[in-house]
Amino acid sequence: MWEALADALVYGLLGLDPASHGSQALHFFLYETLKIGFLLLLVTHLMGVVNAYFPVERVRRLIASGRLRGAEHLVASGFGAVTPFCSCSSIPLFIGFLQGGIPLGVTFSFLITSPLVNEVALALFLGLFGWKVTLVYAASGILLGTVLGWLLGRLKLERYVEAWVWQIAAQRVEAAAGPRPALRSQGAAISREAFGIMKKIGPYVLAGIGIGAFIHGYVPTGFFEAYISEHNPLAVPLSVLLAVPMYASASGVIPIVQALVAKGIPLGTAMAFMMGVVGLSLPEAMMLKKVMRVRLLGVFFGTVALSIILLGYTFNIIF
Amino acid sequence: MHIKILGTGCANCKRLEAHTREAVARLGLNARIEKVEDLPDIMAYGIMSTPGLVVDEEVKLTGRVPSVRELERLLQPA
Repeated sequence: MWEALADALVYGLLGLDPASHGSQALHFFLYETLKIGFLLLLVTHLMGVVNAYFPVERVRRLIASGRLRGAEHLVASGFGAVTPFCSCSSIPLFIGFLQGGIPLGVTFSFLITSPLVNEVALALFLGLFGWKVTLVYAASGILLGTVLGWLLGRLKLERYVEAWVWQIAAQRVEAAAGPRPALRSQGAAISREAFGIMKKIGPYVLAGIGIGAFIHGYVPTGFFEAYISEHNPLAVPLSVLLAVPMYASASGVIPIVQALVAKGIPLGTAMAFMMGVVGLSLPEAMMLKKVMRVRLLGVFFGTVALSIILLGYTFNIIF
Repeated sequence: MHIKILGTGCANCKRLEAHTREAVARLGLNARIEKVEDLPDIMAYGIMSTPGLVVDEEVKLTGRVPSVRELERLLQPA
């Protein structure tokens, strides 16, 4: 459908030559923009609805209830995936979970998956890489949160959380969420929120698709392979390291990476890079520094980074 | 009326403050609007997502920025 629309616009309306590099790049840009724009709207609305029915307060009650019998890490990680992530919310969530009597390890499961698998990344993956890669990405993100949270929980890191956090957590305040608004006004709010996200990330996504379109149209296939090939063992850790400062432009990076994959960069290396971009967020680290000692922060981000590198190698072997 | 805006200073918190000030002005309320930015103070209200809106020590809203119209309905004296 989007293909036909882009065809009609570029070759029909503008009458450009389908054989030239320039019109191919323009076609690619329009096609991707239409498709990704639609998917972004769809996924952000969907997540908004999920969150209206399962606000974090409810998730916390479910996990703390003890009815999950060992599945706490998986459930926390799964909810982390469907909860929209904002680095400014990570502290209230962190303390809120501890306040509800949820163990530190389970809280980490939520905290690891929350930025890693988020609505914007999912929509971009769906549009650029198709549903199979998206599924693999989401599943490995949730698995990572589950396993690492469990592991961190066994390390007895509680003493590296700032003392004032435990003081507040001990108060066990009843969750205050205020009265729930009527469903109709919620619908409008969800939509407003979804369009707000679009507006915020729109310029990055467009820039990313633009650069991607240029690579698609002008860079010869196999060009990057000379630098980042499967046979370079350092490619995966280097790309994860490179990914850390790119958090702010995550939504622009993913379309560029897709173009690089199309030109021959191994998918596993690209996946590790993108997981690093969204999962190892510097703003989140700066926020969490207020509640965690540096040592805990280091262990937290270090294990996540290591696991992403391992995942990258694994994907390179599988795909 | 004593209104508190809970938030660490992110964009949403600033938007909530602006919307609240506008709603208060439109209703012509005599309200004191205070921003609470200190984390321990914010967390003491038991909220799990910012921003939060507290009216006379009661949490009215968390985790979203309502429209000015919705705030007007919320702040209207019963």
